[in-house]
Amino acid sequence: MTDLAAQPPSRNLQKRALKPVVFVLCLLPLAWLGFRAATNDLGFNPIETIVRDLGDWALRFLIIGLAVTPVRRFTGLNAVGRLRRMLGLFAFFYVTLHLVAFIGLDQQFDFAAVWREILKRKFITIGMLAFVILLPLAITSTDGMVRRLGGRAWRRLHRGVYLAGVLGVIHYFMMVKAGLQQPTIYAVILAALLLARLMPAKA
Amino acid sequence: MLIRLAKRSDVKSSEITPKALYLNRRSLIAGAGAIAGATVFGCDSKAELNKGPGKTTKLENVKEGYRKVGEKDALTAYEAVTGYNNFYEFGTDKGDPAQEAHRLKTRPWTVKVDGLCNKPGTVDIDDILKSNPLEERILRHRCVEGWSMVMPWVGFSLGDFLNSFEPQGSAKFVQFETLVRPEEMIAQKSRFEILPWPYVEGLRMDEAMNPLATLVVGLYGEVLPNQNGAPLRLEVPWKYGFKSIKSIVRVSFVEKEPRNTWKAMQSSEYGFYANVNPNVDHPRWSQATERRIGDVARRKTLMFNGYEEEVASLYAGMDLKKYY
Repeated sequence: MTDLAAQPPSRNLQKRALKPVVFVLCLLPLAWLGFRAATNDLGFNPIETIVRDLGDWALRFLIIGLAVTPVRRFTGLNAVGRLRRMLGLFAFFYVTLHLVAFIGLDQQFDFAAVWREILKRKFITIGMLAFVILLPLAITSTDGMVRRLGGRAWRRLHRGVYLAGVLGVIHYFMMVKAGLQQPTIYAVILAALLLARLMPAKA
Repeated sequence: MLIRLAKRSDVKSSEITPKALYLNRRSLIAGAGAIAGATVFGCDSKAELNKGPGKTTKLENVKEGYRKVGEKDALTAYEAVTGYNNFYEFGTDKGDPAQEAHRLKTRPWTVKVDGLCNKPGTVDIDDILKSNPLEERILRHRCVEGWSMVMPWVGFSLGDFLNSFEPQGSAKFVQFETLVRPEEMIAQKSRFEILPWPYVEGLRMDEAMNPLATLVVGLYGEVLPNQNGAPLRLEVPWKYGFKSIKSIVRVSFVEKEPRNTWKAMQSSEYGFYANVNPNVDHPRWSQATERRIGDVARRKTLMFNGYEEEVASLYAGMDLKKYY
């Protein structure tokens, strides 16, 4: 690392460093949560804090992932396009952790209770649906899968991420009792990103 | 001293003033002895009162009151009781009230009592404190969101307070209102309407007269912290927490069922009665179980939050699925 750092920064290095740097950045929310857990800083209802924090980051990463293409289009920064898969997978990663925390921590692996909750609580049903939509997208995220499915079928399948994003925001809206400020912010950003898709490619 | 169990007959009529309803287990066991000598409040019992960390003023002359809790009902830590609150006047996060409630000025403070009573008026909080004998009551508190705590409150029976205003027979319900003062309750200033202010709650008259319905002025032997609803709040331990209105400025005797805030917000989720009931589900949260703050595993929620013996008779013959 030291001899690399000593070199004058080249475009090549920037290109190579981009992915690892963003990868580490994407792990920071989890690391921070882990640090808070280790230092007993999760508040008086730590399980709720963990589940909600992971849910917040799941939604944020979904939005960040959906922002890649519009950002590339409007700024011309084509490099960000190469981050799309990784950001999408991190969204899935945090969605999965959110779900695992709900099942393992909140429900203590009582699968019968989890199933009842999924069926009964509409906001959990919707959150679960978003996970089910994202699961095949994560599985088919490899180059091999893109080839096997063919570009068109793959793209059609992966449009499911918009639906997952919308369901995620609805899930948040339904979870909140009152004071809809936070979910509204997510909804506005998501709506803006979806509208950006509808604009012609070359403005 | 009169030792009485809460029976329907005790609380049906607003004319009866249950002067000294000490429902603690000790006094029930002490039974006849207590009637003879009032020895229940001897030195030993005083020593059992719970102490806070001294963040607010210590309350004097507090007697030992109701404390029927189970083996697994350890008191919730002071820090949690005062750091994890739903008090939307200060924000919707559980930590907001502890952060923001210091702005609330609890003196001078008056409570307006009006409506169907013979002696309406406005009472000063310090007079309320002076004229009502304070006792420590250890009560379970169950939030509709599925968490619970056990608090050592300091207060007195709501019924005793209400009776001093001589409610009329036509008063079927009692309605409560929380302060509206946006300069001090910052979430009332929010551009996003969190709740319509003032926060309103209510009880049926016989519920209000049940000795377990408590007006609270203190916690852990000290003056009630602002984030917990200072200077005067309600605690109705057999109902979900949102019924236990905080920072009360108005009490009205009314004929019709009050439109309580959460029911007005979302009547499919929150009812007027809001009795803790593991058999009646809330659309968003399971009410069969709860997490006691401080615990990891959930525990079974008890009917009427474990106060079935004391309050079930109030709802005899009522369909609690319909009147949730």
